[in-house]
Amino acid sequence: MADTTHGEGRRASSFPPWLKKTLATLATVAATILGLLFVTFMIGRVMPIDPVLAVIGERATQAQYNQTFRDLGLDKPLLTQFWIYVTDVLRGDLGESIRTGQKVTTDIARVFPATLELATLGTLFGVVLGVPLGVIAAVRRGSWIDQLARFVGLIGYSMPIFWLGLVGLLIFYGILGWVAGPGRLGIFYQGIVEPITGMLLIDSALRGEWAVFRSAFSHIILPASLLGYYSLAYISRMTRSFMLEQLGSEYVITARVKGLSEWQVVWGHAFRNIRIQLITVIALAYANLLEGSVLTEIIFAWPGLGQYITTSLLANDMNSVLGGTIVIGTIFVAINIFSDLLYRFFDPRSK
Amino acid sequence: MSASQGLREWLLAEEPTSRRQARWASWYKGWLTLRSNTLAMLGLFVLAFLILAAIFAPLLATHDPFAQDLGQRLLAPGENGHLFGTDSLGRDIYSRLLYGARISIYIVALVVMVAPVVGLIVGTVSGYAGGWIDVVLMRVTDIFLAFPRLILALAFVAALGAGIENAVLAISLTAWPPYARIARAETLTIRNSDFIHAIKLQGAGPFRIVTRHIWPLCISSLVIRVTLDMAGIILTAAGLGFLGLGAQPPSPEWGAMISEGRKYILDYWWVATIPGIAIFAISLAFNLLGDGMRDVLDPKEDHS
Repeated sequence: MADTTHGEGRRASSFPPWLKKTLATLATVAATILGLLFVTFMIGRVMPIDPVLAVIGERATQAQYNQTFRDLGLDKPLLTQFWIYVTDVLRGDLGESIRTGQKVTTDIARVFPATLELATLGTLFGVVLGVPLGVIAAVRRGSWIDQLARFVGLIGYSMPIFWLGLVGLLIFYGILGWVAGPGRLGIFYQGIVEPITGMLLIDSALRGEWAVFRSAFSHIILPASLLGYYSLAYISRMTRSFMLEQLGSEYVITARVKGLSEWQVVWGHAFRNIRIQLITVIALAYANLLEGSVLTEIIFAWPGLGQYITTSLLANDMNSVLGGTIVIGTIFVAINIFSDLLYRFFDPRSK
Repeated sequence: MSASQGLREWLLAEEPTSRRQARWASWYKGWLTLRSNTLAMLGLFVLAFLILAAIFAPLLATHDPFAQDLGQRLLAPGENGHLFGTDSLGRDIYSRLLYGARISIYIVALVVMVAPVVGLIVGTVSGYAGGWIDVVLMRVTDIFLAFPRLILALAFVAALGAGIENAVLAISLTAWPPYARIARAETLTIRNSDFIHAIKLQGAGPFRIVTRHIWPLCISSLVIRVTLDMAGIILTAAGLGFLGLGAQPPSPEWGAMISEGRKYILDYWWVATIPGIAIFAISLAFNLLGDGMRDVLDPKEDHS
């Protein structure tokens, strides 16, 4: 690790600056992911459950125990074990799930589309409502809509998401009956649509199964809007503060003096300048929803990654838990780096 | 009356005559600004109320929070002298809420004693030392910052075993990086100021400079951040409790109470709903107070 950075440093003079920056970013990504793996590795080592017994069960003989102990590589030094772990993960091997008996990667590939569908719809909801709300709150500062934006944010930052989910179920499913209950699909519609992407709304639409689509939609709408509410709170708050910054700057005053309409000043000038910052915020909100869906999925019996991790956790199936943590952690890192790069390439001020 | 008048004048004197007077005066002026913020005062009031409720829980409780009475199970609020009704084991929800406030405050206090302190040490050392120490510490901070917090806390608790202390440890492990960032930024702005150079010329070593002169100046921004983070900490702790990874039954932790009431939500709404309102109240109170304190202690930024 140290050697490579030194090597980059020495040869740096012959590299163009963009390449140097890209290499530095790649080194950051590598270090972060290595750090993530180190943490998950250590978690796997400090846990009180004997990993050998977890594989072979309580009644195995001592010989079987020793055999598995060696097979799992537990007799090797810790650093060697870590190296094996890292190479395994990089080859896409997250081990086997004790609970389902399948490869963790297979399991995750099966459950992940459900989470992705939920988080995407939630983010969409947050962006469509949050951005205009934030912009209007900044333009009409101190008005009732600004107060509303503030109120929405405060509630979003203070309400336990799992509780809001329960209350939502109680009101919209239990009392009003507007939406379907927990789960992803009504019982009569299960197994009709052959998965393409694994996302039910898209699959059913592609195959033209509109009854399935309707059922899927009435199931997803409540959890997605609840998740969306949380990203709405975040996105509108950030949009508002970015816009306030722009609206107070001199070019906006110049634009107003020139006699441009309010619409042009706000959307044509001020909003144009916050687009990049906004994309960063939206990317982060998306990453947060992927994680935030854990508790929501429990409430709504949504068969996604969050529920997979928690069920595995309660069954002491550590490979699945750590595998899920690595997947979500890697997506987190990727989104962070992506928004960082976006910033660098599109914002002329950072050049 | 005249004594308090005198105190007020002493606090608001134009030219403080001693260091102590100046310090008290700045606190008092901050308090006056905070007091004019209605929402922040509301938050403070709710928090004070909750802390008092937690302290005097044995006096205020109408029932034993652990006493089960299956004949009295799932009573609606107000029935048979149970203010908020009873849960599925016939335990009084009102009394459990009071005792649950103790757990929430305990968790918050523990996290506050760990995470900001770790962040303060890492951030100031990193900012003051500079060089490779700074690079290494900030890289580690970035790595932790890039982690999904709830998932990591889940994995930690899974490894360490369920329980309040482990939940606190897991939350702290994922909560310190932002504090380190803030403390480092503050240190970088302070490090090259004249008064630090003056102290250095007087012969103060790095340890003394960091602990006696840099830490006190980092406190105010950390306090704001901690207050604003408090809601997130409470929500994460409640989430862990809800998943069965925090406080264990029969402990009246609010998240665990919601989890217990979840099965009955459609028929007996109060069992899960009422603890949620308590969590919401305490988080909202911290957020309101944090917003108000930011306006007082950090007037540079305009957040109105």
